[in-house]
Amino acid sequence: MSATASDTKKVLMEPLVNNNPITLQVLGICSALAVTSQMSTSLIMAVALTAVTACSSAAISSIRNHIPGSIRIIVQMTIIASLVIIVDQVLKAFAYEISKQLSVFVGLIITNCIVMGRAEAYAMKNPPMASFIDGIGNGAGYSLILIIVAFFRELFGSGKLLGIEILPLTKDGGWYEPNGMMLLPPSAFFLIGFIIWVFRQWKPAQNEQADFKIMDISHGEGGHH
Amino acid sequence: MSNGIKERLDKCEHYQKFDAYKEKVLALGNDSLEKTIAVALSLCFVCAILVSFAAVALRPLQIENKAMDMKKNILEVAGLLEDGTDIHNAFAEQVEEKLVDITTGDYVEDMDAVAYDQRKAAKDPAQNIVLESSDDIASIKRKAKIAKVYLVKKGDAIESIILPMHGYGLWSTMYGFLALEADGQTVKSINFYDQAETPGLGGEVVNPNWRALWLGKKVYNEAGEVQLGLIKGVVDTSKPGSEYDVDGLAGATLTSLGVSNLVKYWMSKEGFSAYLDKVRTKGEG
Repeated sequence: MSATASDTKKVLMEPLVNNNPITLQVLGICSALAVTSQMSTSLIMAVALTAVTACSSAAISSIRNHIPGSIRIIVQMTIIASLVIIVDQVLKAFAYEISKQLSVFVGLIITNCIVMGRAEAYAMKNPPMASFIDGIGNGAGYSLILIIVAFFRELFGSGKLLGIEILPLTKDGGWYEPNGMMLLPPSAFFLIGFIIWVFRQWKPAQNEQADFKIMDISHGEGGHH
Repeated sequence: MSNGIKERLDKCEHYQKFDAYKEKVLALGNDSLEKTIAVALSLCFVCAILVSFAAVALRPLQIENKAMDMKKNILEVAGLLEDGTDIHNAFAEQVEEKLVDITTGDYVEDMDAVAYDQRKAAKDPAQNIVLESSDDIASIKRKAKIAKVYLVKKGDAIESIILPMHGYGLWSTMYGFLALEADGQTVKSINFYDQAETPGLGGEVVNPNWRALWLGKKVYNEAGEVQLGLIKGVVDTSKPGSEYDVDGLAGATLTSLGVSNLVKYWMSKEGFSAYLDKVRTKGEG
């Protein structure tokens, strides 16, 4: 039993830092740029994506032995798309304001590479419970980065966290002049790049091997002579 | 599954056939044509049931949310919304819904104003007018013959007239309200409740600071033409004629143009000018 417990823990914890879907696999960047200008939208997006990844992985895994190879991807997409529609409907019913702000990005979870990636890489080969936990773990890894990025963007872009004023803005008589660029998607690019750099400094094993080395001509035998 | 149901199912002939077929298909090789089709069909069936169940079960809540959001926006544009306002009660007590025939400007009394959905009517060939492209400066293609306006009254006197407007920006059709004073000329406020312009640029149409610039602006010039609109840059309020100009949105030329066009369209003869003329002459709702 202890072996499975430690396996479960590994499946759950690995995607947080060591195998993070955003920083290591560089998946799901599109929505990470789009929804992180506020903490509240990021949190909802994180929960929505985690729910979809976990449930779709479990569902796909439970029928994995009967999925015909020729329509494998379509079957996965159908399950993912159905779950996303359900999540979207639930948000529209219970969190209307936030679903308005997230608008199209909830629907775009369908195309989020993390969901498809986990279905294809893990759920097709592992039992439902493990796949579910793997989905939660990867969703949590995505959420972690989303929340870090949103923290900096909302704090420095509008002086607030979760809509509560932290840094009083000059236009309201305070001292903080907000950095407008933080509200625009490119700032998330810089922040994610910075987080990737921090992670790879901390865990050098994450550094990728160069695909090829540029040859130094002065010593080399290369070239066409 | 409870035993009673299971027993009855086992007796059912169709269920037995289904069960036998299920066993047969599951035993087939994954790449056989029959299994591929059977898996695809049953997956679609299950997913369709789940999706339609969610959509139908949650629909009442969603409609409620939408209606609430609409009322909130109307109260907000009328300046009646404060923290902790009970939206339902405030709306019911202070706002009167009226239907207006756009071409004549007269009230339509023989229809239920509360139930009328102008956005739906604009799509219904029996209730809409298809626009000539030369008239269609707001790029809306068709409009409803009857519009729903909202009046806030004090006693019998009108305090604000709230008019629905929509038009195309850069990415989306922007839906909003313009609140005018009883003179049908002075702007009280503007807001957009449904738009998908670029966040931070065109999306600033919902920014309270920008919307506050509309307060006190005038719609019609002395010749009776619509002059209200957005200009490039910041309005110099000391200049004559600045009462018709509002700051453009920085970095959002096309959204700004869209806002100018939709205001121009809905305040013109194509929109509410006939109605506003009647309100002014009668001085009543």
